[in-house]
Amino acid sequence: MQPTHIPIDYLPIFMQFIFAFGFVATTILATHFLGPKRAGKSKLEAFECGIESVGNARSPFSIKYFLTAILFVLFDIEVIFMYPWAVNFRELGLQGFVAMLIFISLLLVGFLYEIRRKALDWE
Amino acid sequence: MLSISQGLFYFLSFISVLFALMVILAKNPVHSVIYLIVTFFCISGHYFMLNAQFLGIVNIIVYAGAIMVLFLFVIMFLNLNHETEPKTPILAKIAGAICGGMLLLLVVAIFNDTQLIYAQNPNNQIGLIKNLGLVLFKDYLFPFEIVSILFLAAMVGAVLLAKKDDKTKQSDII
Amino acid sequence: MDFITLIDKSVLIVIIFAVSLVTAMYSTYGERKIAAFFQDRLGPTNAGPWGLLQPLADGGKLFMKEEIIPDQANKALFILGPSIAMLTACMTSAVIPWGKDLYFFDHNIVLQVADVNIGLLYVFGVVSLGVYGALIGGWASNNKFSLMGAIRAASQNISYELAMGLSIISIIMLTGSLSLRDIVEQQAGFNWNIWYQPLAFLIFFVCALAETNRAPFDLPECETELVGGYHTEYSSMKLGFYLFAEYINMFISAAVISALFFGGYNFPFMNSIGLSSNAIALLGVGFFFIKILFFIFLFMWVRWTIPRFRYDQLMKLGWEILIPLSIVNIIITGLVILIKEGSLF
Repeated sequence: MQPTHIPIDYLPIFMQFIFAFGFVATTILATHFLGPKRAGKSKLEAFECGIESVGNARSPFSIKYFLTAILFVLFDIEVIFMYPWAVNFRELGLQGFVAMLIFISLLLVGFLYEIRRKALDWE
Repeated sequence: MLSISQGLFYFLSFISVLFALMVILAKNPVHSVIYLIVTFFCISGHYFMLNAQFLGIVNIIVYAGAIMVLFLFVIMFLNLNHETEPKTPILAKIAGAICGGMLLLLVVAIFNDTQLIYAQNPNNQIGLIKNLGLVLFKDYLFPFEIVSILFLAAMVGAVLLAKKDDKTKQSDII
Repeated sequence: MDFITLIDKSVLIVIIFAVSLVTAMYSTYGERKIAAFFQDRLGPTNAGPWGLLQPLADGGKLFMKEEIIPDQANKALFILGPSIAMLTACMTSAVIPWGKDLYFFDHNIVLQVADVNIGLLYVFGVVSLGVYGALIGGWASNNKFSLMGAIRAASQNISYELAMGLSIISIIMLTGSLSLRDIVEQQAGFNWNIWYQPLAFLIFFVCALAETNRAPFDLPECETELVGGYHTEYSSMKLGFYLFAEYINMFISAAVISALFFGGYNFPFMNSIGLSSNAIALLGVGFFFIKILFFIFLFMWVRWTIPRFRYDQLMKLGWEILIPLSIVNIIITGLVILIKEGSLF
């Protein structure tokens, strides 16, 4: 018989969240009132190594980052699927292992495709 | 008199509906993403209250932690400024309202037809990762393998979309 | 959960908070002293004996500095960025078991804030949210360097999160549980996971370096290219939060590494020296902290020894080396367990 796990187990985490939130909020507020305030036009400009800033900072960036994020989402879900399997690894035995091998090999096919298409290259 | 869990339920539901509304009402898309993350947290809170612990944390990892990062990337990539924001034509607004209304009608109709099933025992252990894994890898093994083919298709699609023009040189800005 | 347990938990939360803040503060001191040692310098010496009061002086200075929010920045998000970084850094410690239970007057004190069933996934959940701190702060600054730094940080963090998640799976296969308490309990005495999973440890350690943005993976904030990276525009305590979050994360990573691979609060011969259970529990906490301090030292050692990666090398290491390596590790672990259980042949 395994021990029961009930929602109330999470109450301390919630307490810690409230505590951490309070700490962060107080510190931010405190420094807001503590420090001196001497604003100036050039002080409030965006820093660009001393020269006048040119154009909008929010310019489009390389699509590589975007591709990385998409692949991350896909892989992340696949990794999540492995956790319930790993927890039950001994119970599932050989059958579960073979099932996961099939899953992983399909994952690797996709992975190899990416490497062949140089989707992960940053040159 | 409300019990604590009932009170918590109404509180979480209120916050999640509130932030879901703020997602669509916020002017700044980055703000919308942050409100959506808060909404996901409230939904995870609901999962935890139903003792579906694994689903709750997966909701945080996958939706709040992974998919929202992708959303944020897309929004930053699209570079939405006040100057570049296109004016929405009236026709598009009307079309949007009609589509939204139809969707609402559909949802209401579905809810009208469903029979509500209440959780019999909120403390049962079926939502724990161990029990969930046993069910997934014993009873639903075949659908699980099919999912991996779906992933493969998604992966190939993503690479095809992003690497469409191999010959035309991409202007790598960063 | 009764009232006394709640009080226990509140006290424990406050203590752990204080300990992680103090450790983070003195890690900055340690970092400067260790860097000085490696480079044949003295490091901070003026504030107090051997410069021991330096972290306090630094903290006080950050509190009293002017708070600058650039004109072009998005104000709300600019404040939200460092707050998220600090908040996520403070939340991870909730599931780490700090020691065995203590017994006082028929009352049982659990040295862990929450022993949840999905402990390890909770750590990953919080770590995956840490990305937003850099991403939102960098974008809100409306500065080119900040944006580049933020996007680099986010890409790097999500890439190494995958390898980190995969490297842990072999540990879970061994223990059959996601609860950090169970994982530590199964390494009683000297039966540490590192003896069975050296490869997983190596992958996890490299990923921990990358997740905490420490050198050689500190590209998001590398001075030679990006000024200060995503915190270029930050000042006062908001900058302090970013820097502090990094040190708290380092402390927590060291704790997670010790708990997963080096037995946590277990130490050799703990059951044969014949001390009372309370003494063993307290000694265990001490050993746990020695392990944590050792790993913090290792993090710093690496930082002052190895030069920074190039960005394409970093992504290549994450995706094309660490991920396949951890999958191979999973398959090997699975085969070995199956052979041992006799269900393969």
